Amino acid sequence: MLLTGAEILLECLIKEGVEVVFGYPGGAILPTYDAMTKYPQIRHVLVRHEQGASHMADGFARASGKVGVCIATSGPGATNLVTGLATAMMDSVGIVAITGQVARGSIGTDAFQETDVTGVTLPVTKHNYLVMSAAEIPLVVEEAFHIARSGRPGPVLIDIPKDVQIEKAEFLGYPTGKLRLPGYKVPDSAEDNDIVEAIRLIQEAERPLILAGHGLIMSHATQQLQELAELAGIPVTLTLLGKGAMSEHHPLCIGMMGMHGNAASNHAIQEADLLIALGMRFDDRVTGNIKTYSPNSRKIHVDIDPSEINKNVKVDIGIVGDLRTVLTQMLPLVPRKQHPEWVRRIRDWQEDGSERDILTHYDGTALLGAQVINDLWKFTDGNAVTVTDVGQHQMLEAQYYPHQRPASMLTSGGLGTMGFGFPAAIGAKFAKPDEEVWAIVGDGGFQMTLAELATARQENVDVKIAILNNGFLGMVRQWQEIFYEQRYHATPMVNPDFCKLAEAYGIPSMRVTSRDQIKDSVEFARSIKGPVLIEYVILKEEMVYPMVPAGADLDKMIRRPKLGEKQP
Amino acid sequence: MSTNTPKKHIISALVENKPGVLNRLVSLFRRRNFNIDSLTVGRTHKQHVSRMTIVIDGHRLNPRQMVANLYKLVNVIDARLISEDLHVERDMALVKVRTDDTESFNAVTELCERFPARIIDMGMQVAIVEITARTELVEEFIGQLKPIGIIELVRTGVVAMGRGVRTQDTEYEPASMTLQDGELERYSV
Repeated sequence: MLLTGAEILLECLIKEGVEVVFGYPGGAILPTYDAMTKYPQIRHVLVRHEQGASHMADGFARASGKVGVCIATSGPGATNLVTGLATAMMDSVGIVAITGQVARGSIGTDAFQETDVTGVTLPVTKHNYLVMSAAEIPLVVEEAFHIARSGRPGPVLIDIPKDVQIEKAEFLGYPTGKLRLPGYKVPDSAEDNDIVEAIRLIQEAERPLILAGHGLIMSHATQQLQELAELAGIPVTLTLLGKGAMSEHHPLCIGMMGMHGNAASNHAIQEADLLIALGMRFDDRVTGNIKTYSPNSRKIHVDIDPSEINKNVKVDIGIVGDLRTVLTQMLPLVPRKQHPEWVRRIRDWQEDGSERDILTHYDGTALLGAQVINDLWKFTDGNAVTVTDVGQHQMLEAQYYPHQRPASMLTSGGLGTMGFGFPAAIGAKFAKPDEEVWAIVGDGGFQMTLAELATARQENVDVKIAILNNGFLGMVRQWQEIFYEQRYHATPMVNPDFCKLAEAYGIPSMRVTSRDQIKDSVEFARSIKGPVLIEYVILKEEMVYPMVPAGADLDKMIRRPKLGEKQP
Repeated sequence: MSTNTPKKHIISALVENKPGVLNRLVSLFRRRNFNIDSLTVGRTHKQHVSRMTIVIDGHRLNPRQMVANLYKLVNVIDARLISEDLHVERDMALVKVRTDDTESFNAVTELCERFPARIIDMGMQVAIVEITARTELVEEFIGQLKPIGIIELVRTGVVAMGRGVRTQDTEYEPASMTLQDGELERYSV
């Protein structure tokens, strides 16, 4: 069948099971947009900025476990995707970005809206393509989706010149059956002797600890994780992206680790005699000072990416493989054990932590971010899909919204992309139309991508936006307070009236200034099928504790004093 | 090798012979902050496969980490730390040297007898000398030419190969984009 390149592309997307694409048209991608009129099976969501499209594809991918797709024109359209690609790259999220390019004959001539997009995106994609003929499109699309979703997932970009979209070629069907990637091997199972050796370390350990990361969620290994923890009586601490890998209500789950993690988790890491790191990569935000990190432990690291083994932390056993496969290999050999004394020590740290919890002794009148998150958790039955932006509210979400299931908390961890939360929540809602999706954002980050309010309105996306408005770039303000002698330069914000703003977009809204209104606000948001914006006006000076100063030892945290203790 | 010279690691990589692959490798080295000492690229006996020899300054890096990173590039078929095994390596230099008097001419010819080098071009004033040898020998040769008067110099950088039965090859054949006989029926949609 003789089809245009654009038609071939869309045929392939349909065969890949793509139902929704997030994009923005423009000159060099117009042939593809025109061809879309013949393929109504693919829903196109018109964003207001291409960055929004890339985050939506990302949120869609994180929430669904499928590949998210975004589409943009050449030049500025494509460069606007870059932040979203970098975000997906850092957090290993499988998305495919399709960009228009100037016609083949114009490449390299500085033509109108020309950018070397494969060059620009090289460091922020897992792989990318410049397609030079329509006949190649099926194989390129097939490879792109395979690479995006397999192994350690990541973003893949396909750049298609305008005349290739128009060129006709024989479409021979999809999949092509030609997939041949000689340099692309996806690790699967572990070597038997590595498994045996790992089991031996588990057998010998007295103070073992599991570090659970994003990889467990992506390889659908959360059940295996729980079995491992329960069998061998090993406490589990989560990375930020690992939230949901194990229910935070499980007695063995001790919550998040790292810079703003639970003090108990950080103490446990430093005191452990065995760390079992699963699908996490020892980011500096979870290790603190790498030289003093968990000094007395032996370490097992399981990851699908061989370059992560021994990258930051030297380990005793490095296992390269798919976590679900590797844990399934391990489970029959795992010894039944209990570590009551170790668990009791962790409990003590946890109790000390709750005594320092602001919620247990706050007596002020202003609303706290911690209260908002805690009550959102309560009134959404702890069951919403939350998508956060980046900053204090993000850390508060991690601390005060315990999650029970995988992929129910989506956040930009590695890159820390402000502006991610709201568009990613829109994408997540497309992936999980039957679930309650909340975008939890700060006043700073929200203003970076709030143009997508129009997208939410146009598509009537049933996403609830909770803005924690403290009139400050809160996390930067916190650093200025602690490390820069309270010189609050360039962090106070004169904000728009967010409720009026919502009104301008035709989006119902509510402003909350006291804790007793939170329940109403959730009920209000739930009563409307479509986007709703709730502005929570919170205390300006709230701090997120505990805090490991950058580069400090992991257990040298700045803590909030207990009730009656003096402020440090 | 003396102890104060930083250790050099040699990586040999088979890559798909496609546009932009060199850029992908170099970009990887740059963003991971690895220092390239030399890099050579050329086609192998298979049209669609190129082979690169990369020498990196091993001052403060883990070469296994580098190889693991290379493997992440989709177009890298095989990458090995060749300097850890028995191997041979060759570096080649072309040196334009002054030969405008008998003394210098004799000195150059004499050096060419002592080293694996030969004069490949002879002009009125200058000669071009070629040497192919291990890097250390090339360095020494250049050192001895210096007092005679080097005018121009170009080097290829190291190429290396594992010795004996160690082979670095691939069975890979690229997918054809064009229609083969009978394919249309097979893929009819």
